Amino acid sequence: NIAMAAQMTDSHRRFLQVLMSHGIMEGSEARKLHRHCCEMHKVYYAHDKLDDFINTINVHLQPLFMQIRKGMSEDDGRVRYALVNLAETEITKMASDYAENELELFRKTMDLIILSENGFASSTEILNFADQLKTKKMKKKEAEQVLKLFVEDKWLSEKNGEYTLHTRCIMEMEQYILSNYQGVARKCNICHSLAIQSQVCETCGIGMHLPCVGKYFKAQTEPHCPHCNDFWPHEIP
Amino acid sequence: QVSELVQFLLVKDQKKIPIKRSDILKKVIGEYKDVYSEIVNRAGRTLQQVFGLQLVEIDTKHHIYILVSTLPRTEGENLRQDDQTAKLGLLAVILSFIFMKGNSAKDGAVWEFLRRLRVHPGERHEVFGDVRKLVMEEFVRQKYLDISPIPLTDPVEFKFQWGPRAAKETSKREMLQFVAAIQGKEPSFWTSQFKEAEAQP
Repeated sequence: NIAMAAQMTDSHRRFLQVLMSHGIMEGSEARKLHRHCCEMHKVYYAHDKLDDFINTINVHLQPLFMQIRKGMSEDDGRVRYALVNLAETEITKMASDYAENELELFRKTMDLIILSENGFASSTEILNFADQLKTKKMKKKEAEQVLKLFVEDKWLSEKNGEYTLHTRCIMEMEQYILSNYQGVARKCNICHSLAIQSQVCETCGIGMHLPCVGKYFKAQTEPHCPHCNDFWPHEIP
Repeated sequence: QVSELVQFLLVKDQKKIPIKRSDILKKVIGEYKDVYSEIVNRAGRTLQQVFGLQLVEIDTKHHIYILVSTLPRTEGENLRQDDQTAKLGLLAVILSFIFMKGNSAKDGAVWEFLRRLRVHPGERHEVFGDVRKLVMEEFVRQKYLDISPIPLTDPVEFKFQWGPRAAKETSKREMLQFVAAIQGKEPSFWTSQFKEAEAQP
């Protein structure tokens, strides 16, 4: 209810502009920015009020089907903040930036990543599809460049020649992925968010984010599956 | 409709692509065409209210718009610290050079100046890549620079001036301060530029 929420001030607007230009921000960056914006515009600042501050912005973003969302990076478990669109039924945010065949390559890459065991698709696997694209074929060299662009624009992230979805992409497209890959896409048993990279129980099939596994099994000598109690076979991160 | 238009404008502007009225019209489709100006107005108000951004027409003949922040400018603004920052640094250098030369400079002079900073149009730069393309195409497309051929020159020479986006995003005063900081002097050292810079609101 906009009438009851706190007013937008220049401190909120500045926060929003900076977050928008970064695309995605680490928790510590966001806290620093919160402080900077409040100090700049001489607005009341309390270091533990970041979530309230963001809520105020979100109330005003809601009619625009946008939201500042808080998520977790699957690599390091650290908090990230990103401005996401809620109205997407498809990968529409990317649509204005890429050509049809580039979007098709992205969808194919996303398929490979989500269907994979470890949440990664190798560059070889992806490039093999370059000349099979239905929209317009791509040479391998061209596809390599497009993949590079996806990494720069934070839709994909790359590690040792393998690609997974960037945290920003996961945060942006969580709903889309969960509905379009029903039965395949997994939610973490601990935090209940979409998990692209996960450790999976071989007995009952539940999955957990690596950082969530680390937290849950901290200092336990004999880790057991939280769901079926079977011995947890994977190395605890 | 308004929210779609707002998102469209934000996405275009994040890439620093100026927005044509025809693009906006295409977005605002169907029976809404009659209320085009109402929708654009509402989108503008929302952008101002929520984002502190203003929709500014930089070309009244061809109806081209950009989004400009209405928040008070600060020094060392924490905006996107990556190779965008490096590009903006290069741009600042070029804009200040143009201003110090009396608001217009020939391409030969600009490249000679950049050569001294080890930026060469013919060579691939490790940060900027194809510098000639960046300066002559990207910065021009983004409306930061206005580069026009000088008539009756052969081989053709170009005139470099500030583009409309530069005029909105920075000021002569800021550019003079930039030069002064680098040279370790007071802005007032350059009397005519100082007067000109102070004359702007």
